[in-house]
Amino acid sequence: MNAPPGAPHDHTHFRDDEASISYYRTMEIAVRELLVEKNVFSLADVRAQIEAMDARTPARGARVVARAWTDAAYRERLLANGAAACEELGLELGPLKLVVVENTPQTHNVIVCTLCSCYPRMLLGLPPDWYKSREYRSRVVREPRRVLEEFGTRLPDAVSIRVHDSTADMRYLVLPMRPTDTDGMNEAQLASRVSRDAMIGTTVIDR
Amino acid sequence: MQAIGMYGIEPRGAPHVEACFHDGDAVRVRVAFPPGHVRTPFYCRGKVGVIERLCGAFPNPEELAYNRSGLPAQPLYRVRFTSRDLWPGLNAPHGDVVEIEIFQHWLEPMEAA
Repeated sequence: MNAPPGAPHDHTHFRDDEASISYYRTMEIAVRELLVEKNVFSLADVRAQIEAMDARTPARGARVVARAWTDAAYRERLLANGAAACEELGLELGPLKLVVVENTPQTHNVIVCTLCSCYPRMLLGLPPDWYKSREYRSRVVREPRRVLEEFGTRLPDAVSIRVHDSTADMRYLVLPMRPTDTDGMNEAQLASRVSRDAMIGTTVIDR
Repeated sequence: MQAIGMYGIEPRGAPHVEACFHDGDAVRVRVAFPPGHVRTPFYCRGKVGVIERLCGAFPNPEELAYNRSGLPAQPLYRVRFTSRDLWPGLNAPHGDVVEIEIFQHWLEPMEAA
């Protein structure tokens, strides 16, 4: 029997895929429930941590980049000691050791973690899904130029590519080149031009 | 000998192995396949690279993974490999490189040429 047009259920539904819970998801739930039961932390603590993580966005990294573009001395300090320079802007990186790598007309930097998904979360927030994918992780160390092309980034062979494999205790941030059409912009305007992917190094900022 | 802690890096006062390589030294990554939580990627084992910088000393992740202290901390380096050395046959442009963080106990000195 057909429902009249516009009735709420005149179409078929796709089933939500919530029936399957993976091994590790099950383990995470079990461990979390145990830790809460044993008063190691509370569910409010868990929520507070999730909210703190969600509050971190690439706008933090963009602030750092914009400052480096406008203040040569700051840029020097950032390249010498990334974490200390971020603290100057009130960005506490905690135990994170930050290496800032600078793009130049001769060198382009790109970041990956081939072993897992290490990422400068304190500056860029949660990593995009592609950053964690096996495809990106395995290919960008081997054929970075082809991977960058898939992001719309074509670099001439004269520009050397430097891939940084974040395998241990360092985290990386790419300092992109300042676009040429930004004379006279203030820091906030400059920061708005800085994209997440430019700070990972898969794209460059146009102009 | 380079000073540990150029980044103000841990461990402060914790026992650590002294760094034995300098910037620019040629090193070969050990060819070994121990089980466990190893942070040395397979694709660089046996390859020759150059020390780009000493990052500091950090507790050994191969020990930390089993809830041990990881001490004495191991010097950690960034080692630069040319893409041509890592991937012979792909003919990457000569300047293309991959830089990988590798702990000292995975590195062997190369004899000076």
